[in-house]
Amino acid sequence: MRHDHLITSKQLSRADIETVLDYAAEIDADPSTVADRQAGTLLGLLFFEPSTRTKMSFETAMKRLGGDVVDMGSVESSSVTKGETLADTVRVIEGYADALVVRHPKQGSATMASEFVDVPLVNAGDGAGHHPTQTLLDLYTIRENAGLDDLTIGIMGDLKYGRTVHSLAYALTNFDTRQHFISPESLQLPREVVYDLHQQQDGTGIREHDALEGILPSLDVLYVTRIQRERFPDENEYQQVAGEYQIDAETLEAASDDLTVMHPLPRVDEIAPEIDESDHAAYFEQAHNGVPIRMALLDLLLSDDAGIRGDGDE
Amino acid sequence: MSNGHDHHDGNDDHELRVSKIRDGTVIDHVHGGQALNVLAILGIDGTNGEEVSVGMNVPSDRLARKDIVKVEGRELSQDEVDVLSLIAPDATINIVRGFDVVEKHRVERPDVVEGVLSCPNAGCITTGDEPVTSRFSVLEDGVRCSYCETIVRDEIASLIDT
Ligand SMILES: [Zn+2]
Repeated sequence: MRHDHLITSKQLSRADIETVLDYAAEIDADPSTVADRQAGTLLGLLFFEPSTRTKMSFETAMKRLGGDVVDMGSVESSSVTKGETLADTVRVIEGYADALVVRHPKQGSATMASEFVDVPLVNAGDGAGHHPTQTLLDLYTIRENAGLDDLTIGIMGDLKYGRTVHSLAYALTNFDTRQHFISPESLQLPREVVYDLHQQQDGTGIREHDALEGILPSLDVLYVTRIQRERFPDENEYQQVAGEYQIDAETLEAASDDLTVMHPLPRVDEIAPEIDESDHAAYFEQAHNGVPIRMALLDLLLSDDAGIRGDGDE
Repeated sequence: MSNGHDHHDGNDDHELRVSKIRDGTVIDHVHGGQALNVLAILGIDGTNGEEVSVGMNVPSDRLARKDIVKVEGRELSQDEVDVLSLIAPDATINIVRGFDVVEKHRVERPDVVEGVLSCPNAGCITTGDEPVTSRFSVLEDGVRCSYCETIVRDEIASLIDT
């Protein structure tokens, strides 16, 4: 890792990803080895839209590294409501903290914010843009369950607005993967994302589908995302579409026994609760992986020695 | 071609439509109808007293109809010329001194244009009140916002920040 900021999964090479994932695995195996790594370090949390889980995950990660956090608090109670710009906010908080985590509703906000600060800045979601730490924990979960090479993955649901999907798809082009995108026509991947994927991986590993049926038996991983009701003008249309992209035990009869089912959570009814108890389910594990991944990432970004591995020579 | 006429299509009739300039820049072979966008992209709106002549939809051998823009007293920088390529890819730039064309350039596509176009994505951080200059990378067939990554292929002229 030789990045000052983590803004998008596109900036991560295969080596970068493996560095973070390997380190996260070490931390996961024995968190006590890193309990003091960031003693005295303060992480600034700037969440311009609510995301309790992501925020708590960063907070937990920092505290488990022996550091602490300073929190801007809720947007409603902060100076943002008085019209302060993001550029000003990050410049002020940079004076308090050693690194910043920013979640903001506008696309490109993390890129812009990073241009105003010298401390490492991690994008925790910029509107419909990117969410790279989600991608890292997704990759970690995929690697634990199915491996990252010779992988056939189906990514299903709202592919249009799902930033987690876009980030993951970019990152997967670093590996030997076949990616199948399954969605209703109105929620297909944005053409810009398809453009990028073709740029990165000559397009041969990318396929788009409108139904899971034909492709399910070949999948090692099925990554399900939520189709949001508010994307549809009327309830009937939503019901029609959403039903086709829900999975239950019956759906999975056609799947491989080794199929891993993932979901960035929160889910509504895309995955029937009966799947939770099956060997397919990896979504709660996925959520738990957020802490070791963020511990690994923060320690790598905040340490001159590129973490305890001491091999920061790439 | 070394005389002062070579920034026209060699047709005296056309010359009458757009007066000659003494010192400055002639932007020729602009696609018909784009002349005002050329001025906009250069930030020229006449409020600084610039002497500007515009010929629109003039018959041309190379382009069926072309526009010509002449700016007296101003020599365009390479950056400005490059930005023109986004909306006037076939333009020729003639730098005129003492009624003579002393330099002739074709436009070249730059890698990046800054502060010229505004992002069409209402969800983009550059469209709010932040102290940020717009920045677009130039693709083979369009431009892309460096912040939100939106790609614009058509109607780039409509993004010109005036
Ligand atoms: Zn933009």
